[in-house]
Amino acid sequence: MVVPMSTLLEASGIAQRFGSLVVLDGVDFQLAPGESVGVVGPNGAGKTTLLSILAGSLRPTSGRVRYEGNDVTGVRADLRCRLGIARTHQIPRPFVGMSVFENVLVGAMLGRRQAGSRAYERALDVLQTCGLVDVANRRAADLGLLDRKRLELARALATDPKVLFLDEIGGGLTDAEAIELVGTIKELRRRGIAIIWIEHIVHILVQAIDRLVCLDAGRIIADGLPKDVLADQAVIDAYLGASVT
Amino acid sequence: MIRARGGQLSGGFRVQRWTRLSVVSAAVTVAVIVVLAVVPFLFGADVTEQLTSLLIFVILAVMWNALAGYGGLISVGQQAFIGLGAYGTIFLTQHGIAPYEAMILAGLGAGAVAVPTSLIMLRLRGGQFAIGMWVVAEVFGILVTLDAGLGGGTGISLNGLDVFAPGYRQAYTFWVTLACTTVLLGLVFFLLRRRIGTSLQAVLDDEEAAASLGVNVVRSKRVLFVVAAVGCGIAGALYLANTLFIQTTSVFGVQWTAYMLFMVLVGGLGTFEGPIIGAIIFYLIQAQFGDSGAWYFVGLGATAIAFALFLPHGIWGAVDRRLQLRLLPVGYTLRKLDTPASAGADPAATDT
Repeated sequence: MVVPMSTLLEASGIAQRFGSLVVLDGVDFQLAPGESVGVVGPNGAGKTTLLSILAGSLRPTSGRVRYEGNDVTGVRADLRCRLGIARTHQIPRPFVGMSVFENVLVGAMLGRRQAGSRAYERALDVLQTCGLVDVANRRAADLGLLDRKRLELARALATDPKVLFLDEIGGGLTDAEAIELVGTIKELRRRGIAIIWIEHIVHILVQAIDRLVCLDAGRIIADGLPKDVLADQAVIDAYLGASVT
Repeated sequence: MIRARGGQLSGGFRVQRWTRLSVVSAAVTVAVIVVLAVVPFLFGADVTEQLTSLLIFVILAVMWNALAGYGGLISVGQQAFIGLGAYGTIFLTQHGIAPYEAMILAGLGAGAVAVPTSLIMLRLRGGQFAIGMWVVAEVFGILVTLDAGLGGGTGISLNGLDVFAPGYRQAYTFWVTLACTTVLLGLVFFLLRRRIGTSLQAVLDDEEAAASLGVNVVRSKRVLFVVAAVGCGIAGALYLANTLFIQTTSVFGVQWTAYMLFMVLVGGLGTFEGPIIGAIIFYLIQAQFGDSGAWYFVGLGATAIAFALFLPHGIWGAVDRRLQLRLLPVGYTLRKLDTPASAGADPAATDT
């Protein structure tokens, strides 16, 4: 899996600078269809910035993003979503004025371009996958953290993605909650959705990935099988040795 | 309550949009429109004229609320389109188009002008957009002043309506106003119920999250911007028909924004019902105290401040928060048919 057979998503030479601050410094990254890749790295390594660039909510200072063979570097986030790229946010961003069901309908109606009972059916299916049926009519503003995380996942799934970006979806959850969530993510993997998953809870992360990438100070310092990356001295120095995991 | 609209979903679920309350309120709305339609037969021209003013306020409040309450676009310059509607009507009647047709065309023309305007203005955010719109209104006003054919700055009268006797003219204007109000409010309701309404609500809550789920943020706002321009344009044309004389300072004046803001804040920003209530209150205050000069404005200001302090969500906002009253069915509720009767009937009905 280290050398993908074919490429679904490819980033080459990605750099992101905000003034004199260099967040990403020449990142090359490839993802095969159906592949599941974990991303680790210390805070400030540029992980979320990389996801935002891949999802289209941020234009990189330089570098290209290709998706299914086409250059999508200048394609807006909403259009990338319709092409099959979906994401969750590190801090959940529910539409607080809507119910849980209506939040998920946004993904089905706008991302997947479905209408009427087909959109309802899709939203219902996703709510069942994510365990949200019982709170379907509750205001999203009234949800606890676990359900907010589930809702982030459910909305993204409703868009019927080919690739899904998960940004610390396990962050802030108890171990039991995170294990339950990882079960859902394994199920998505079985359905053939490619995944890029940023996560600090490494023992949870490794259960659901084929490959692990470590970012440090805007560069990829390791990329390979999870056990090899976690044993890499540079990774230990940069990340594992420096924080409690 | 078990009136399935659309197909039943798997697992005995269905989606409910109309509630019993909203069906009743829709019926009441139709009844009110019918009652209003016969007003010119029952009352004199003065009552008809007053009601015309009230309906114009309703249109304006609903349009300002559509922009601010549903699109997050606080505009201080909707008078740009009020003025275009009014002066567009003058221009079209000068070129041989009948007044009532000219009014509708001028409203649509204001919408047409709004399309290129939105290309620039929707790049601005928050306060920049608000003040930018004021600049747009001032520019449109100055451009109209430069045209001597439109009376320059001294004002101009609407000709062509004098073929009708005053009583008939007032009745016709009222019916046109009622029809426009019905169509425009219906249009806003229709948009809110459709996919675009869902997009707008998502954009209002979180633009970036909405975009990440496939919502075209700028296009959603543009639809609202153009609809609000058409509404304000038609309101401007109706105002002209009701008063028969306009000046650039009156139709392009920023006082319109103050009125709209007052009506929407008092009634309830972001609710469909609130602006209508706000318009009625504003109309009553104006009818009662409109001749009191400066004290009228002091009263308006004091009322607005009182609402901002003690009822910040407006009248309908407070009602909605306390009673969860939704007269307008724009949401989606997931229901499961799990009552014993329907559960027993289910296997026979849906053979899966």
